[in-house]
Amino acid sequence: MASTITTPVEGSTGAPPPAQRMRNRPAWASQHLGTALIGAVGGYAFGHWIGNVIAAGYTVPQSNGQNDVAVVLGLSLGALGYLIGIGAFNYPIAKMFGREPLPEVAEEGWQRFFRFNLDHKVVGMQYVIVSLLFLFTGGLLAMAIRTELLNPTNHIFGAGTYIAVVGEHGTIMMMMASSVVIGPLGNWLVPLMIGSRRMAFPRVEATSVWLFSAGYLVILTALPLGGFPTGWTGYAPLQNQSTAGMDSYLVGFAIIGMGMILAGLNLGATIINYRAPGMTWGRVPIFVWSVLATTALLVFATPTLVVAGLFGVLDRTALTAFYVNEHGGSSFLWENLFWFFGHPEVYIMALPGFGIVGEILPVFSRRPLFAYKVGAAGMLGVALLSFFVWQHHLFQSGINPDMRPLFMLTTELISIPTGFIFLVGLGTLWKARIRFEPPMLFALAVYFNFLIGGVTGVFLSDVPVNVTVHGSFFVLAHFHYTIMGGLIFAFFGGLYYWLPKMTGKTLNRKLAIWHFWIMFIFFNLTFFPMFIIGLLGQPRRVFEYATRLQGLNDFSSVSAYILGSSFLIFAFNFVWSIYIDPKRAESNPWGSRGLEWQVPTPVPHYNFERLPVVVADPYRYDEPDQGVADFGTFGDPALSPGAAPGERVPHGHVQSSDDSGDFDPRPPII
Amino acid sequence: MATAAPSAPQGGNSHDLRTIATIWVVLSIVGDLAFWFLAGPHIPPGRMSDQARGAQFDFNVLFVIALPVVILVWTYLGFAVIRWRASRPNADEAPVIVPPRTALRIQTSWIAITSVVVIGLFGFGTYELIAPAGAGGGEGPTPIWKPNTKTILPIQVIGQQWMWTYRYPSFGGFETTQLMVPKNTEIAFHVTSLDVVHDFWAYQLGVKADANPNEDDVAYVKPEQLGRFTVRCDELCGLWHGAMYSYGHVVAPTAFYHWATTTEQKLAANTKTLPPFAWTYTPGANGASGSLYPSNVDPYSKSSLYGSSTVKVKQYGASAAQS
Ligand code: HEM
Ligand SMILES: [Cu+2]
Ligand SMILES: [Cu+2]
Repeated sequence: MASTITTPVEGSTGAPPPAQRMRNRPAWASQHLGTALIGAVGGYAFGHWIGNVIAAGYTVPQSNGQNDVAVVLGLSLGALGYLIGIGAFNYPIAKMFGREPLPEVAEEGWQRFFRFNLDHKVVGMQYVIVSLLFLFTGGLLAMAIRTELLNPTNHIFGAGTYIAVVGEHGTIMMMMASSVVIGPLGNWLVPLMIGSRRMAFPRVEATSVWLFSAGYLVILTALPLGGFPTGWTGYAPLQNQSTAGMDSYLVGFAIIGMGMILAGLNLGATIINYRAPGMTWGRVPIFVWSVLATTALLVFATPTLVVAGLFGVLDRTALTAFYVNEHGGSSFLWENLFWFFGHPEVYIMALPGFGIVGEILPVFSRRPLFAYKVGAAGMLGVALLSFFVWQHHLFQSGINPDMRPLFMLTTELISIPTGFIFLVGLGTLWKARIRFEPPMLFALAVYFNFLIGGVTGVFLSDVPVNVTVHGSFFVLAHFHYTIMGGLIFAFFGGLYYWLPKMTGKTLNRKLAIWHFWIMFIFFNLTFFPMFIIGLLGQPRRVFEYATRLQGLNDFSSVSAYILGSSFLIFAFNFVWSIYIDPKRAESNPWGSRGLEWQVPTPVPHYNFERLPVVVADPYRYDEPDQGVADFGTFGDPALSPGAAPGERVPHGHVQSSDDSGDFDPRPPII
Repeated sequence: MATAAPSAPQGGNSHDLRTIATIWVVLSIVGDLAFWFLAGPHIPPGRMSDQARGAQFDFNVLFVIALPVVILVWTYLGFAVIRWRASRPNADEAPVIVPPRTALRIQTSWIAITSVVVIGLFGFGTYELIAPAGAGGGEGPTPIWKPNTKTILPIQVIGQQWMWTYRYPSFGGFETTQLMVPKNTEIAFHVTSLDVVHDFWAYQLGVKADANPNEDDVAYVKPEQLGRFTVRCDELCGLWHGAMYSYGHVVAPTAFYHWATTTEQKLAANTKTLPPFAWTYTPGANGASGSLYPSNVDPYSKSSLYGSSTVKVKQYGASAAQS
């Protein structure tokens, strides 16, 4: 067995070859966020100029004032320049010219978070930062929306500004939510949870986070360009009619989409191929199952979004007519393509949250995860079914009206595998010993909130009821309950749970509990009234509403302000506990049996000194004597090219193309 | 769903189980009855039309099914949080493991029960969609679920940035911003758009249908009460989407007939200048996205330029007005 596991990768020895160490990059040539931003600005200027040159003869559409060709090329080349500036292409380009690429230095210190870094733990933290940026930007815009809705007829914003703000809020939040767990926690945790020393494609992974942040910058440009009037759904032909802000939406979603595809590819390949010996499918943590199901959605659904966006860009710049009815296209095409991506997208946003909750519950109730196999099957079932329901967003659109019973059926069928996830949670709590630490509070709240979100989803799936609630605040409340009440609560639970491992610092427990209660109570007070507001007839995305609904709207707005301020408690806690008054966290503060908690904090550069040999699933809280994995020496040390037993892989260690695993990382065939 | 909960694997479990089940049953019955009789009759969209009544009934049925599910989970969670917290006395007693056979039984019954509920919901929803002729939703250009009568009054709803206009093909195709519908008459709204996608939402009537450019989206409704109803645009259509609302009126058939014929005469001169009545109109190359395209590009379209294809409309005449 040992020989299968430890076959040395050719050319890699324990210490990096001296020749490579000599060729470390000089300081002035190092690339970081600063050079990336310079690249972005340069790329934008260049693209804008080229666009104005090649499209000089085009009529500038509507009263736009902007040449869409210039804007699209500017944004695309700006993103390309950003990636070049960060150094994402150094390696492939050097290889292309037959040169040995300069190795990236795996460094310590804060600078590494602003560089193109191949360590999945650094990438995970980069994702944390960008996700929080997204979340706080979107949250500020939400406060603006709620402020406008304080009064049914007196307006703070103009009509155009208001829909621009709503669209920007929705788009930013959706972009964030599609990566908010997969990115930070998925990248950080998956290799540790499956006992791998690396990701399958570290460069692909690192590129995905820089695409994610490029998407953030691109979608922000929508505001100075005048915003887009379509909301996050971007319906054509309004899309074709809009001014240049629409280009930011289309290009931004394409960039985010490419990041999602790359992240999904890498994580999926890693989970399938890089599990430690003994990490059989029956022992894979439930979070990893949720990530695996999500990667399938990322890889198979997101390309539709990218292509649909490309069609839109072509319509707006090259005068094609994919979505333009009077020129032979169809506005239904966008609706179909968008929702064919859009529905799997909502499960991209739901499943990882379920995974987190599945990790947290057993730890804080000291019980094995109930119905583990049913839970894993449920996640795969949800992922599969989610490709067959997209027209439930189009029940009243007149597309395929005769197919509505079928889509009603598929949609309602999804509640069966979703129900499995409730079964897992409720079964785990049976006669448990529940400790109310912050992560557990958030996990329990996910069940509370998602239940409301899920049950109202059944109302929406019922076509006759859908006639009333479609497109109203009822829908708005429904998806905030699932995404915010499910995913965002799970995300914060996950952060409180894993940040001590990720940062090595303890977060303040009191503040965390304050954060939880304020967020939980005021989340419900903000969004529950919206169900009623919707039933009483208020459509989404309007700035004028019936005066009789002012009371409910004001109640919701005031609650929203308090909800928003609860995030400040988190921000304060984060900054205070990690930077200002850091307290060291123990390496396994919650007493978890997860593999990721068995390594020292800070986690060594290659995670495990050796590949662990997994001997049990991580949920055996009923069998305290049962080990999780064998972390010691195994096989013949002479065959092992990595660090000697007990020796840490040195920091400042050079990562080169073939020096990233030390072992053949594939699990043996058992 | 009480059967889905574990049966006593060890002493004392059945006690907890019985407590949960009792609380659940009591709360569910009280909640359902209270909802059905107190809130149910007031649930939107009300009872202004056959379709609205159906939607209200469906909502209420779903609610009385959903409420016990929610109460079950909440009761269980609440019970767990109070009774099974680590700080309770004797929390350190040996872990209670659900025996594998019991666990299996729970899992299979959970799956079976949820499946049965879901299939039942599907059957109910489909019946309630087909029986009231599409339940007031948009059924596309060629509906297959239609009202069971010959005399259907067609009213065309034309969405445009940012208002609704209506054409009455049975009355010479005059166009107005007023929406009048006769009581106790089957009405077919033919919803279309001149520019971007809108959505015709006649709230109290329980009607909702997208207005797509170049598409005829039909929704049937049979008003049953006189009065005013709200029309809102329910699909984001640009700048003034939020202000795109107006009101319609359900009136007695004779009053409607009177209004329609006098308006037809009053607007006769106006109607002559309109494009001939058609199910869809293409606003030419100057529509929503038209100006993107150079004017020398010949627009291609399955329905030709604004209004050139006329349609024969079965006359809605005096016979319906007498009903
Ligand atoms: C502080 C918390 C939040 C508040 C108070 C809030 C409030 C709102 C409101 C009032 C609207 C709708 C306005 C309208 O349609 O008239 C809206 C739209 C939306 N929100 Fe939020 N929201 C919050 C957080 C989130 C989060 C966390 C997400 C997703 C991850 C999200 C996703 C969306 C989306 C997708 C839309 C739809 C935008 C559109 O219509 O295109 N929101 N939000
Ligand atoms: Cu969906
Ligand atoms: Cu409209």
